[in-house]
Amino acid sequence: MSATEAQITGAGAQREQHGTGMARREAIAGYLFVLPFVVVFVAMLVVPLFYSGYLSLFREQLIGGSTFSGFGNYARALQDETFLAGVLRMAQFLVIQVPIMLGLSLLFALLLDSGRLRMQRFIRLSIFVPYAVPGVIAALMWGYLYGRDFGPFAQGARAMGLPAPTFLTHEWMLYSIMNIVTWSFVGYNMIIMFAALRSIPTELYEAARVDGAGEIRVAWSIKIPAIKPALLLTAIFSVIGTFQLFNEPNILRTIAPNVIGVGYTPNLYAYNLAFIGREINYAAAIAFLLGIAIMVVSYIVQLSALRKERRS
Amino acid sequence: MRYTTRRIALTAMAGVSALILAGCTAGEGNGDGDGAVEEVPEDEFETAMSTPTELTFWTWVPDIQNQVDMFMEEYPEIDVEVVNVGQGADHYQQLRTAIQAGSGAPDVVQIEFQHLSSFRLGDNLMDLAPYVGDLSGLYPEWIWSQVSEGDAVYAVPQDAGPMGNLYREDLLSEAGIEVPGTWEEFADAAEAYREANPDSYLTNIPGNDPGHFVGFLWQAGANPFGYDGAETVRIELDNPEVEQVVQYWDDLIQRDLVGVDPDFTDQWYQGLANGQYASWQTAAWGPVFLQGTAGETSGLWRAAPLPQWEGQEASGNWGGSTNAVMQTTESPIAAAELARWINVEREPAMRFALEQFLFPVTNEILESSEFLDEELEFYGGQQVNREFAAYAETVSTDFGWLPFMDYAYSSFGETLGSAIADRTDLMAGLQAWQEDLEEYATSQGFTVE
Repeated sequence: MSATEAQITGAGAQREQHGTGMARREAIAGYLFVLPFVVVFVAMLVVPLFYSGYLSLFREQLIGGSTFSGFGNYARALQDETFLAGVLRMAQFLVIQVPIMLGLSLLFALLLDSGRLRMQRFIRLSIFVPYAVPGVIAALMWGYLYGRDFGPFAQGARAMGLPAPTFLTHEWMLYSIMNIVTWSFVGYNMIIMFAALRSIPTELYEAARVDGAGEIRVAWSIKIPAIKPALLLTAIFSVIGTFQLFNEPNILRTIAPNVIGVGYTPNLYAYNLAFIGREINYAAAIAFLLGIAIMVVSYIVQLSALRKERRS
Repeated sequence: MRYTTRRIALTAMAGVSALILAGCTAGEGNGDGDGAVEEVPEDEFETAMSTPTELTFWTWVPDIQNQVDMFMEEYPEIDVEVVNVGQGADHYQQLRTAIQAGSGAPDVVQIEFQHLSSFRLGDNLMDLAPYVGDLSGLYPEWIWSQVSEGDAVYAVPQDAGPMGNLYREDLLSEAGIEVPGTWEEFADAAEAYREANPDSYLTNIPGNDPGHFVGFLWQAGANPFGYDGAETVRIELDNPEVEQVVQYWDDLIQRDLVGVDPDFTDQWYQGLANGQYASWQTAAWGPVFLQGTAGETSGLWRAAPLPQWEGQEASGNWGGSTNAVMQTTESPIAAAELARWINVEREPAMRFALEQFLFPVTNEILESSEFLDEELEFYGGQQVNREFAAYAETVSTDFGWLPFMDYAYSSFGETLGSAIADRTDLMAGLQAWQEDLEEYATSQGFTVE
């Protein structure tokens, strides 16, 4: 905080202490309001997290029962080819899909904000609607669209005498999934950015226009820098979402079971380890490692954004 | 009552056969002259069946409520709740979670043959022998050997899947091909069919269905898996019979004579419906699927025995379920009776066979004319049941499973199944499967033979 801000809060705090019990009652009321959330949060998130961490330190065998193994599971995970391949795949996904998706969201948000488009509400809604489609339904739908024999793309290609598109093969599967995720989340990110754009004071635009800036210059030099916090938010959400990818590969696994293996993404790997291989402890270790990986990447993204801000 | 007499008769039979056995086996008697298994006394049974009891029954067999309703009519004090917790893998996940949690497990549960030993491993299944008497004479030997271990019985067989060859008669005769009797003929037929129809295949071998492939191994006389009930497993995927089967399909796949699409997907159903695949080597429950999805091709299909390896007359088995009682049940007598009654009594068992198209396992139904004489229009009036009953007689009794078949099956998809789907070297895939299973077994504490 800056010096002036500290002074103000300090003075306010002093006023609070001299106040009546009303301040304390308000504080208690505040805690009570938050209590239901905290209870559920602790019970459903924190406790299972600790239990999972506890489990990850053990090793259970079908013959031999449960034994303490310390960080043995973590060491095994770090050498596990399937796990590492999954993480690498997610890194690949991150590097390609996230910039494209955020770029598209930004473009749509800017276009909408520019006021040049007619039917604004309709366009906004139609870009957002895919987010309203539940992930499982979206994956099922795209699975059908991608179908080699009966999907519309394939049928169209056949009608034109072209070979059937190969969406669900080894080479293209990752890009097909990228497509589904982009389609689902462009609207969501766009709305966040659009809301941020709407809150930019309009005097800045007037000043810019007086200086002779065109629409694109305004977008580049004023709008984008002004919504940096929103951009950072969407970027971090996207990073987290990418590494947690589960829905789309899981659904497509039924359609293309030999392309999507048990460990296509780390999250899917943990799930299959727990419920097919019955290796719950190892799955817990993998889940924790994944969580750590996400934290590291998110931290890096935040740091680089902060550093750019300090420089500017 | 009819039932009590039957019960007494069975008990008497059991007692007599136990006496005979006790007399014949030297040095194995446990000193109890009555036989190896102690039966639940008649009055205890009657009391239990007239006490209001609630049972939970987890199963995914369609319309099984029919049989359950009949059971509840017979025993009005017993209330059974049928719950479908998912099909196949989902069902087992739920079951294992409930077992691990220590609560929530049902009283009676449907378990397929291949997974029985994995539940035996954790001692999750109740021994039914004291409750159901000696049922061994009611079933073909190979089925009985799957559910019993010495004197103990861990599940009541419900249905089976002896394998046969369902084919499109019109497509085959159009291509001038006769129904292949041996695998060699089958390979030639596949080649001829592909030449005549460059856009379709004689058959499809999926890379995602280990049950299907294991059925072929069963037919070839391979017995790659074994579990001694304690800590030792046998994984012999490199024995000559297995390699013979794998090399055979490797050849057909590399020459592009068979399709390699995953089965039970939309695309695959469509493939069967529109002649993309001219035949399907499948189990006795296969006809149900065909009638459902390929309804328009009714009348064009026929059934024939699986192509044979030289000098053999055998079939394999794919699937088939049992009903078992969980160790944690609070009403063992009632639960065991539920498992027994709906699968052994003639009326419910006949309904399974005729209305729900489960392939029957009891000799009574298998030999009944009602079942055998059924002419199905879908197969041009052929008595398909009679065909499959004949195949059922040729299934080998020697086939064991590992106590972790869900992992084994999932591993198949990653190794041999992948090789099939990608049309790469199947032998390498087989080797990878063997190694992966050995590694898993060792890491889980088993001794691998």
